[in-house]
Amino acid sequence: MSDATTKAQGGLLGWVDARFPLTKMWNEHIGEYYAPKNFNFWYYFGSLALFVLVNQLLTGIWLTMNYNPSAAGAFASVEYIMRDVEWGWLIRYMHSTGASAFFVVVYLHMFRALLYGSYQKPRELIWIFGMIIYLVLMGEAFMGYLLPWGQMSFWGAQVIISLFGAIPGVGEQLALWIRGDFNISGVTLNRFFALHVVALPLALVGLVVFHILALHEVGSNNPDGVNIKEHKGSDGKPKDGIPFHPYYTVKDTFGLGVFLIFFAAVVFFAPEMGGYFLEPPNFEPANPLQTPAHIAPVWYFTAFYSILRAIPDKFGGVLAMGLAIFLLFLLPWIDRGKVRSIRYRGLGHKINLGLFAVAFVILSYLGLQAPSDLYLGLSVTLWAQIWTAVYFGFFIFLFAYTAFGFERTRPVPERVTD
Amino acid sequence: MKKIALCVLLGLFSGGAFAAGGGGDLMDAQVDVSDTASLQRGAKLFANNCMGCHSAEYMRWNALPEGLGVSMETIEETLIYGSYQQGDMMNVAMRGADAADWFGAEPPDLSLTARSRGADWVYTYLNSFYRDPDASIGWNNQLLANSSMPHVLWRLQGVPEPTYEEQGGELLVAGIQVPEAQAGTLSEAEYHQATRDITNFMAFVAEPVRAKRQEIGVWVIGFLVVFTALAYLLKREYWRDIH
Repeated sequence: MSDATTKAQGGLLGWVDARFPLTKMWNEHIGEYYAPKNFNFWYYFGSLALFVLVNQLLTGIWLTMNYNPSAAGAFASVEYIMRDVEWGWLIRYMHSTGASAFFVVVYLHMFRALLYGSYQKPRELIWIFGMIIYLVLMGEAFMGYLLPWGQMSFWGAQVIISLFGAIPGVGEQLALWIRGDFNISGVTLNRFFALHVVALPLALVGLVVFHILALHEVGSNNPDGVNIKEHKGSDGKPKDGIPFHPYYTVKDTFGLGVFLIFFAAVVFFAPEMGGYFLEPPNFEPANPLQTPAHIAPVWYFTAFYSILRAIPDKFGGVLAMGLAIFLLFLLPWIDRGKVRSIRYRGLGHKINLGLFAVAFVILSYLGLQAPSDLYLGLSVTLWAQIWTAVYFGFFIFLFAYTAFGFERTRPVPERVTD
Repeated sequence: MKKIALCVLLGLFSGGAFAAGGGGDLMDAQVDVSDTASLQRGAKLFANNCMGCHSAEYMRWNALPEGLGVSMETIEETLIYGSYQQGDMMNVAMRGADAADWFGAEPPDLSLTARSRGADWVYTYLNSFYRDPDASIGWNNQLLANSSMPHVLWRLQGVPEPTYEEQGGELLVAGIQVPEAQAGTLSEAEYHQATRDITNFMAFVAEPVRAKRQEIGVWVIGFLVVFTALAYLLKREYWRDIH
């Protein structure tokens, strides 16, 4: 659309457009953003992640109106929200369920990128921004979990912050600096509150903007992993592309509806989700003198918690856990393959990626169990060690067969196939 | 691919059982917070027997009428002893420090016990007391060994005696029985019903909105199903010309 036509428009929109690139931005990112027409199931989770972010921001703002960030008042103020604030229970359950839903959606979104090679050139920066979002999200979730000031809030934070203490030399000082006190206290609660409601959400929103800008600069990948910009029609538009609006806005609205049915089912009928979303010990106020029988992080951290526990040395465990996340950042450079989509990659890669996904799920499960529990005669610790090896093996094998040309890929079609 | 994805989703959303506070063999309390008759009986038992020592500090007296289906006047007449002011919480007069002196431990607040321990745990606990001459308070509990709480409901249940079983040279409490000579005013079935009522009431106190949220949830999901169906039709209509 040329500038002449937009500027020729009269009315309020024309007035605004002469002063602010409203129509231009709309066209660039929605109205005339051409996305491949073959998006499948896996492509719902990007827009869903955005929706959940908005849900967290809005419910978070309303929770903040009645929450009291002090060691003496936090727990009671959450109960006050649950009981005495009009619809407070709904806002709180939407926020607590939203936290878990955020990770469900983000994990599926990330797996989509692994399936179709969306991290590969030229989308490395999109992936990097996405990984930073994931990292910030983990910090956001961790700090948010301290705020209800229940037993699991307190002891979960205690365990995680003490991990920093394992770093040789500066560890103890670092842990002290993070807590702001010798123990988790109201001081810690206050700073976590500040970071949770102001600093990290601000960072998240900014990063999401970067993530989408970078995506729209290079264009979306698709389940075939082909570049739709290589085949343009006489109008200069990709032949296999369709405008995001209205095609994907209506499609994503349908996806949102399905998601909301699951979401509402949890919020209204199982807000504790069997103890996975809201852990039972967190209905007891934080008590620094009484350690709960079994401290486990919330389910979305337990894969990394498993890796941490699998290494016998504490600092070694912290390093392994950090490496498990850091390697994901490097994925675009570890994978030297030229073929993006799983559809045309070698059998070895399909098995490797499948095992990686299975390892992540199993490690997540193991992280919720006591280390001494037995499965098929083997301890949880031993199982965690096996699957930690599989987790890291993914990166090693991936590099090996792509860098040295062992992967037997199939020919990639010129155009999208469905 | 679609099938796998669906499995992943279902797997993530289907909650596993996560028993709180240990104990593999908990009795099933069959909590039903919409059973107002049970809640009313439970409230009476709770006010008469539990609130001598235990508070429910997060629960407002005037939040009871809606859940129990009775008027505030009835609540004031039947449940509240002493003075009541609009907006008072279900607190008790006993001071925590005194209680700790008398029983060895401060009686915990019961606002959220049905959520932190689980309703089945509460129900089982109330059915696990037995006479123990060796304990300082004369009572013990099979679920929570050496609990410092006496069997407050003994007049109703009677005085349960433990049955022992030898395991590895040690005598362990295997079961509990009320001898006929020590029977209480209630039969075994009636006592189960009474403790279930208390548990039910405590589940209500732990989350007063529980019955209401489920009621609303049906409408919300009904709306979302219609909305999603319409969104699907709209999507199909728009996408007719793609391919």
